[in-house]
Amino acid sequence: MATWDWQVFCKDTIDGKIVPGCFGGSGDTTYLDWLLSAWGWTLSVSLLALLVALALGALMGILRTTPHRGLVLLGNAWTELFRNIPLLVQIFLWYHVVPALIPPLRGVPSFILVVLGLGLFTSARISEQVRAGIQSLAGGQRMAGLAMGFTLPQTYRYVLLPMAFRIIIPPLTSESMNIIKNSSVAFAVSISELTLFALQAQEETSRGIEVYLAVTGLYFISAFAINRAMLFVENRMRVPGMIGGGT
Amino acid sequence: MKKIAVLQALTLSAGLLAALPAFALDGTLKKIKDSSAVTMGVRESSGGLSFTLGDGKFAGFHVELCQRALADIQKQLGLTKLDIKYQPVTSQNRIPLVQNGTVDIECGSTTNNVARQKDVAFADTTYVEEVRIAVKANSGITSIAQLNGKNVATTTGTTSVQHLRKHERAAGVKFNEVYGKDHADSFLLLESDRADAFVMDGQILAGNIAKSKNPAAFKIVGEVLSVEPIAIMVRKGDPAFKKAVDDSLQALMKSGEIAKIYDKWFMQPIPPTNTRIGLPASEATKAAWAHPNDKPMEDYAKK
Repeated sequence: MATWDWQVFCKDTIDGKIVPGCFGGSGDTTYLDWLLSAWGWTLSVSLLALLVALALGALMGILRTTPHRGLVLLGNAWTELFRNIPLLVQIFLWYHVVPALIPPLRGVPSFILVVLGLGLFTSARISEQVRAGIQSLAGGQRMAGLAMGFTLPQTYRYVLLPMAFRIIIPPLTSESMNIIKNSSVAFAVSISELTLFALQAQEETSRGIEVYLAVTGLYFISAFAINRAMLFVENRMRVPGMIGGGT
Repeated sequence: MKKIAVLQALTLSAGLLAALPAFALDGTLKKIKDSSAVTMGVRESSGGLSFTLGDGKFAGFHVELCQRALADIQKQLGLTKLDIKYQPVTSQNRIPLVQNGTVDIECGSTTNNVARQKDVAFADTTYVEEVRIAVKANSGITSIAQLNGKNVATTTGTTSVQHLRKHERAAGVKFNEVYGKDHADSFLLLESDRADAFVMDGQILAGNIAKSKNPAAFKIVGEVLSVEPIAIMVRKGDPAFKKAVDDSLQALMKSGEIAKIYDKWFMQPIPPTNTRIGLPASEATKAAWAHPNDKPMEDYAKK
């Protein structure tokens, strides 16, 4: 086993000299600077994609449980479309194929395309969870809401969704952690996030083990932070006596 | 009587010849002799140097050089049969696989540099790569200075990115780097106008242009950004094996045979699609053949 050399992160990315203090500043970049900026890209892509996924996933999940056949069909089609194409293929479709068909999209930065691609892919998975959450509620609740004189949207807003969302917090936690890990596909469309940093830095420095360990650590910290945040939300939202509310 | 003596002397010396190498053999040569097998590390797509024909078959300039060297080693070891196994490697795993003994001789497109020499050894340089710029023929770009504010593509996990950064600072230009995940992807960036230039090893650029829909639409321009000796890689601390490979390569260089092999892979149509890469041997490559050496990249930069 070769000895480890963590000094590699203090090296300048251009001339490979060790910079005192490890941070470049004034035009110079060290591998540590680059690593942190890559982490920033990973988090930005993941969190924005998560917003897209939650919004669209919740909407499509709800549509699939409505009594209107047209809306159910739309929700189902959406879910199956994005669930059945591999993520990397979807990213390439957004990056190379869609702009070829719709020329104005050529000017859209790859960052936005990858947020959309990752967000839509994950929205299909969230839609499935939202649907399952709503359908797990006893059918009488919907009828009770409607019988009370609520409109359908009001029934969803005040009766069904508050319970359904509490039930699906655990699978949503997994999905939110997944999106951090799935964001690594962004390297394929030139986002300089953690995976791209790992591939590039290990080639330049020949210190693959240190580079991959650091990147692994940051992925773990990011996903675990999401896990803790969701646990906090889960605890705050808990209603004693309700399904999934605990005791 | 005399005849018998000669015969005896012959058998004696033959026995000695056979016994001598057996004494001295260690490392990779011993492994090859004992197992009658050798594992060659190859690349899936490293231009004309090393590439797959599909179906587990591999070919290319460096693959053929290695096959010739291994044939010489087989003769030298007196093996009637030598089983060559082909193991595809990537930029990420090629060095660990040579170090841990999975691969005995790597015949791909590995740059010989000082950092890598700490981990592995290199045979004499057989190909000198020049990092160049490919652009669309109608773009009017002819040098790196004109790339200011432009999108420049290169492939993730290659040393070209670093050269690009160095030149960026030296020339005082600022451009956006876009990364393809492999060479085909980077070329697609250029083809679809997402990038204005593609900076990469000359033979990879030439190969991609040759394979494109309309080769005339692209050209290779500008200054040479970097010169890199590409060599066959072997395990470190095994001078006997390195010498066997070097001897074989030097014989090819001396006889001029190497130029013919080069011609076969870089100037003639090559399988599987029968296209021509069309890249004549550079002056630097010819110099490496004329004066065989295993100097690292850093020595090339000094002059």
